[in-house]
Amino acid sequence: MPTQDIAISLTDVDKRFGGLRAVKNVSMEVRAGERVSMIGTNGAGKSTLFNLIAGVFPVTAGSVSMFGSVVTKQNTAKRARNGLARTFQTSRLFEQLTAAENVFIALGGRGLGWKSIFPASRLAQKWTRVAQLLHTVGLSTEGDRRVADLSHGEQRQLELAMALAADPKILMLDEPAAGFSPAERQQLVAMLTALPADITLLLIEHDMDIALQVADRVIVMHDGSKILEGTPDEIRASQVVRDIYLGGGHA
Amino acid sequence: MDGIIKILYDMSASMILPTTAAFVIAAIGLNVHFGFTGLLNMGQAGFMLIGAYGFAISIGAGLPFWAAFFIAIFAGIAFALILGIPTLQLRGDYLAIVTIAAAEIIRMVGRASILNDITGGSNGLTGESFRNPFAEMSLFGDGQTQILWFEFDNTGVNGWWSRAVTWFMVFLFAAIVWLLMRSPWGRVIKSIREDEDAVRSLGKNVFSFKMQSLVVGGVLGAIGGVMFILPTSLQPDAMGRNMTFLIWTAMLLGGAATIFGPILGSIVFFALRLMVQGTMRLIVPDAWMNIQQTEQFSWIMVGVALMLLVIFRPQGMIGNKKELNFNV
Repeated sequence: MPTQDIAISLTDVDKRFGGLRAVKNVSMEVRAGERVSMIGTNGAGKSTLFNLIAGVFPVTAGSVSMFGSVVTKQNTAKRARNGLARTFQTSRLFEQLTAAENVFIALGGRGLGWKSIFPASRLAQKWTRVAQLLHTVGLSTEGDRRVADLSHGEQRQLELAMALAADPKILMLDEPAAGFSPAERQQLVAMLTALPADITLLLIEHDMDIALQVADRVIVMHDGSKILEGTPDEIRASQVVRDIYLGGGHA
Repeated sequence: MDGIIKILYDMSASMILPTTAAFVIAAIGLNVHFGFTGLLNMGQAGFMLIGAYGFAISIGAGLPFWAAFFIAIFAGIAFALILGIPTLQLRGDYLAIVTIAAAEIIRMVGRASILNDITGGSNGLTGESFRNPFAEMSLFGDGQTQILWFEFDNTGVNGWWSRAVTWFMVFLFAAIVWLLMRSPWGRVIKSIREDEDAVRSLGKNVFSFKMQSLVVGGVLGAIGGVMFILPTSLQPDAMGRNMTFLIWTAMLLGGAATIFGPILGSIVFFALRLMVQGTMRLIVPDAWMNIQQTEQFSWIMVGVALMLLVIFRPQGMIGNKKELNFNV
């Protein structure tokens, strides 16, 4: 039964795209403040599951809950306002705006509606917060640059800043380390481990080092189903995971 | 030689026409829709027409100028809401289909003979029936004034007063749009143009922002319609599909998503068309193409120009190529 302590709860979730059954009867729970990694080969259904949790498209069957309330019918924006932030597998940034402006848009709360067309002092606080967020992800000096001119790594860092901007209760990152250099990967791990303890983290990551280093628990997806769940140590030792990743019996 | 001077005079006179200014106001509105928000409004002439009807019919009913002006604005708001509520949740193409159809509905209803007493049917409404309250507000008095090589009535049907008011409005609205687009609200609007799904995942109500943009641009269209009929008369067919595509061409020529693009584009557009028409008339013998045909030819060139623009220079004269893309 979903309760307040369960940040995300999926019950028998199914997703079909026409004839393709991308997610098959997945149930899972993520406790508030827990760090969970999802691993699995390409096409395993990880990103689809993310989109179902974020509300990008509706589930075919099953239900989704956040903090004990059923959100299956809620739209993306509503779920985001209730504390869910996510990044995308491929960067979805506003390329013609500056890095700082991107973060500004992502800031939660009021101040972007009609009244924002009048200059007001409270905007100054928002820009201070933007600067803090850029600093957190290591982009302090890049604020005034157009996103289109940032490097790939910088864009991924910017996405993190935007995800953090709304002070999320749940943070879902879809392959945050994709295209990162080894040095940037270490920065990312340091940043993720330094996240406030009350943030629930759900991570899709192909880099096993990062996935296992950051997580309290690991969920293994294969062919639309959840096939295994365990601590990082259990996953490291698992023959099933080795088979999947090294092209053994399951592939 | 006289012929060339006449062409140059016509071109320069078209640049300051009040109808050119009215056209610019509608183009600024379309730029809010397409250039900044990415909304494919294919019926901006419908917004102009509904504003024009709202104004002219109200004056005809005996309302004072400002009341009629606000009714025109409310007509634009109502039209935007009616179009936006069913379509803004859907993909961009649907708004294009619905706006083109809705603009035609306004025009056809206005032309309907059953409404002859109100809208004047297909004849429209004469200028005398609605222009007097505006002329009476003139600060310029009677007489004529010459500025450079232009000599017009100070007030008159098509004089300096309507030129001054409409061009003042152009710069006022350009300034308002500039302020809007550099505000946090404008940043969200531009980010919706870039990727509305990403904006949704940041917790923003994309529908509501798009609706606000549709209303702002639609109101500018309605005001453009009012100013368009003031120096002439209300002809429903003057604000049909042609008008919508002329506005698109002028906006794209100047540069969508820029503040001065619609202004520059409209001025250059009308001047260039007169140049093509005037030059054709001068150099092509009547036996090949008579006066009506040179005019038609100049409009055909407008269509060709629109196609070439979108293919070879989508950013227009002063736009930024990166900022404007046509993947809807």
